[in-house]
Amino acid sequence: MNDTLKISRDIKLSQIFSAFLLIGATSFGGGVAAYLRASLVARHRWLTDAAFVNFLAISQTLPGLNATNMAVLVGDHLRGAPGAVAAMAGICLPGALLMFAVGMIYGHHGDQPAVTAMLHGASAAAVGLIFATGVQLGQKTLERLGDLVFVALAIIGINVFHLSVLYVLFGVGALAIWWYRPKTGRKGSSQ
Amino acid sequence: MINQLFALLKVFAYLSLLTVGGGMAAFPELKTLTVDVHHWLTSTQLIHLYSVGQMAPGPNMMMVVSIGERVAGSLGALVVFMAFFLPTAVLTFAVGRLWNRLEGWPWRNAIQRGLAPVAIGLFMAGSITMGKGVITDILALGSVAVCTAVAIAVSVFATLIVTHRINPAFLILGGALIGLFAFRSG
Repeated sequence: MNDTLKISRDIKLSQIFSAFLLIGATSFGGGVAAYLRASLVARHRWLTDAAFVNFLAISQTLPGLNATNMAVLVGDHLRGAPGAVAAMAGICLPGALLMFAVGMIYGHHGDQPAVTAMLHGASAAAVGLIFATGVQLGQKTLERLGDLVFVALAIIGINVFHLSVLYVLFGVGALAIWWYRPKTGRKGSSQ
Repeated sequence: MINQLFALLKVFAYLSLLTVGGGMAAFPELKTLTVDVHHWLTSTQLIHLYSVGQMAPGPNMMMVVSIGERVAGSLGALVVFMAFFLPTAVLTFAVGRLWNRLEGWPWRNAIQRGLAPVAIGLFMAGSITMGKGVITDILALGSVAVCTAVAIAVSVFATLIVTHRINPAFLILGGALIGLFAFRSG
């Protein structure tokens, strides 16, 4: 598999930038991971599937959006720090310019009845979308029934007790990490 | 102006570190800080910008840029972009380089395994916060409007659960079109 991969020193920064720019401009409707895989693994052959899955796992564990974390990790993997900057700039630029324009337009026309009505409809649809995304993420990620306890604790902390996301993240996060703590007493082995 | 830019910097740098498992995790805090604490926009405006942001390509929290634009123009947008994306990018860069060296570290797997369900929980909590906000907005339009909104949300949810072949951006656009006729009178 590895011999079909491009050698990373042959990949130009401009190629990294334009590949991520294309993803940043075309990945409508979320699910950037699928677009990334199609470009990086299937089209450009810059990564193996295994490496892609590994980077995605790191992206999901760390704070930050999957799309930008993937850009940083893959960019760094291909061409070091400049590669990470090129990938990050590429994936962010189209959406950032678009949402900047949306901010300006919304400021001028957001209170027109027709616009408000459309946005109410869009927000109802967006709620359906995020709940569907949540369920799909859960199906993919949750392996044991016990995991639902941590899901529930986070929801209760935020939506019932209105705790800060920060406290819930650290509190429930620490509990969950402790729950999955290394089993044996091999302290200090292979740091 | 400088004070506003500094406030934007502080708020969005803080929010960026909460985005474990995606931007939705930070949504409840995003609402508290931008709506209740700083009054940069109303809850309705936040939900509207967030919903439009769901249609935009690229990283799905790019809507934060439009909040920066509202508060302090182009400079505000730039500050928010940097504050929200730079800290996590630097962190990911550093941890990414460390990650493979931590291969044998037994806690690496525990962290990965443990944070996964917490990230889902935070995502769902953010979704519930957003859902509540939408219901509050639409309640003001009457009970028929609420039924319509629930019907839109449930249809989108069901469609996406059943098939992966449809691009969610089209469904949100569809919701907007239905909204144009259903929610106009309010």
